Amino acid sequence: MPETPTDGGPGTSTSSALLSLENVSLQFGGLKALDDVSFEVREGEILGLIGPNGAGKTTCFNVMTGVYHPTSGLVRFAGEPLGNRKRFAITRLGIARTFQNIRLFPNMTALENVLVGADAHHRTNVIDALLRTPRHRREEREGEQTAREVMRFMGLERRSDELARNLSYGEQRRLEIARAMATKPKLLCLDEPAAGFNPAEKAQLMNLIRRVRDSGLTVLLIEHDMGLVMGVSDRVTVLEFGRKIAEGVPADVRDDPAVIAAYLGTEADTEETA
Amino acid sequence: MTDKTTPAGATAARKPAAAQKRRGWDRGALGRRLGALPTPVKVLLMALLVLLLYALPLLDLPILSTPDTDFGAVLFTVASYVLVALGLNVVLGYAGLLDLGYVGFYAVGAYTVAVLGSFQAQLSWWMLIPLAVIITTISGVLLGAPTLRVRGDYLAIVTLGFGEIIRLTALNSAWLGEARGITKIPRPPSLELFEIPNLSWDGFTAFVDLDNTTKFLVFGVADQAPYYWLALTLIFLVLGADRMLRLSRIGRAWEATREDEDAAELMGVPTFRFKLLAFATGAFIGGLSGALFASRQGFINPISFPLLLSILFLAAVVVGGAGNRWGVILGAAVVAYLPERFRGFEEWRLLVFGLALLLLANFRPQGLLPPRRTRRVQAVEEELDALEEGTARA
Repeated sequence: MPETPTDGGPGTSTSSALLSLENVSLQFGGLKALDDVSFEVREGEILGLIGPNGAGKTTCFNVMTGVYHPTSGLVRFAGEPLGNRKRFAITRLGIARTFQNIRLFPNMTALENVLVGADAHHRTNVIDALLRTPRHRREEREGEQTAREVMRFMGLERRSDELARNLSYGEQRRLEIARAMATKPKLLCLDEPAAGFNPAEKAQLMNLIRRVRDSGLTVLLIEHDMGLVMGVSDRVTVLEFGRKIAEGVPADVRDDPAVIAAYLGTEADTEETA
Repeated sequence: MTDKTTPAGATAARKPAAAQKRRGWDRGALGRRLGALPTPVKVLLMALLVLLLYALPLLDLPILSTPDTDFGAVLFTVASYVLVALGLNVVLGYAGLLDLGYVGFYAVGAYTVAVLGSFQAQLSWWMLIPLAVIITTISGVLLGAPTLRVRGDYLAIVTLGFGEIIRLTALNSAWLGEARGITKIPRPPSLELFEIPNLSWDGFTAFVDLDNTTKFLVFGVADQAPYYWLALTLIFLVLGADRMLRLSRIGRAWEATREDEDAAELMGVPTFRFKLLAFATGAFIGGLSGALFASRQGFINPISFPLLLSILFLAAVVVGGAGNRWGVILGAAVVAYLPERFRGFEEWRLLVFGLALLLLANFRPQGLLPPRRTRRVQAVEEELDALEEGTARA
């Protein structure tokens, strides 16, 4: 009824695509959670993924990180299809994420939480641990160094010995990002990192996301706060009902009638509510 | 600017303090006080404690000793429970997998020694123990590979079945001795080096009893102290290994899996592999304890491995405080020792034991010695409760 969805999109410069979804569909019984979605995340950019509730944003994350395997279509990371890789293998490949509802390891300290992330690339086995081999010692040293660096980056260095569950809400959100960054990803996927933040914290987070990108990572951001998303993203992709309805630089997307319709409803709806 | 020029110096200055704090956080208040002692004193204290533990069956202290059973035998039972509890602690306390059939591993270890040492072959004891441990570990992997895909309650039910399957298989297989069991299980090889006199007690005055001696190191029927020494030595080895695994990538992976399996997997932890490893490690230790039990006992049959034993092992870990190795040692000691100590009250024994468990579950559900972090979390939560009450009143 509204505008025709902009299909295919400008995803032609495949050389710089770090992650691409190619005609991805995901079906749960009769429900199509994702319907022929294609977009790409280019190396070094901040891509905002927005859409009304239930549009399929988090489902996109789940498809990228191996929680679900697409019913049809393909997810490529650095040119290679993810295929049936296990979730931990995808993390090792270089995709890390945070969760919409905070999912830390609550009874481990902040530092230990981040160390688990750093362990993603470690190979220490039982023999190494029992005999304290050079590999174990090197990996412990490197892991701790990585963890402390990341925690300082996130402004958590003073909280490292605190149990994760005792941290404040904002600190927990930042600790999740720190844990994800410790896995040394190429692509960092943030699922509503500013949920529950006040304006000052949001501004701080925007700053932080830019610094993450400047440190060489690519960022994919799901966020409801339009000010934040439009302010920080290089490009924005909009989903509605599992389909992509728009894509482009923030200024264009903001004025896209399809997007406005998705968020504010069509005229008929507005009349009804008014 | 200044931040950029001195990052190395800043970390160097901060690091020792942080490391110290981390070590201190792992211990209780008592641990911190002990930790403050100078190293030679600490070493001396440790040595004395170890010596005391080894000397227990010889000292036969009047309050500790069991009037109705041989004290050495009770100590061995306690030690084998401690060993089992340490194994189950890896599975339940670290990895968070509820295993209700742990006696199955204990039985596999015992039966391996019995079948290969007496019933079907006559291998030497030195071969039997490693074989028993290897076979039990394999049984742990075989049980874990299909079942660790289910979680929580389902895993508990499947493992409960495993314990029963092992017992019923032994009961119904001719090559496992059926209900008659297996006799003449080889004892550890003895080597007679010297004799140690025991203490005897007349009321509370001790005298050295030169007629009552323990031959070092003879594994016989009458004197059980050498079995206890063997088990105690193995406990120390297992404790060392436990510590090494805990303070490594492996311990962290277990803990992360326990805390949030999906999040752990998405942070790069191959959770299935680590759960299987926890199962195998637990089986290894349980099998070791079972093998010791069989070679002390000399005779086993399926009745030696009832479901109740699984429950007792579980009780030992939960009573002590799952996740804290010192806690589960205490728990195992309580569960194994108290019934023997109060054997005089035969008919009241189980009633009192049950009552004690109920009281504990009600008043100290986290166990006698819960992991440090649980205690700290509790303190914080109590503080918060107090604060909330305060504001409500105001």
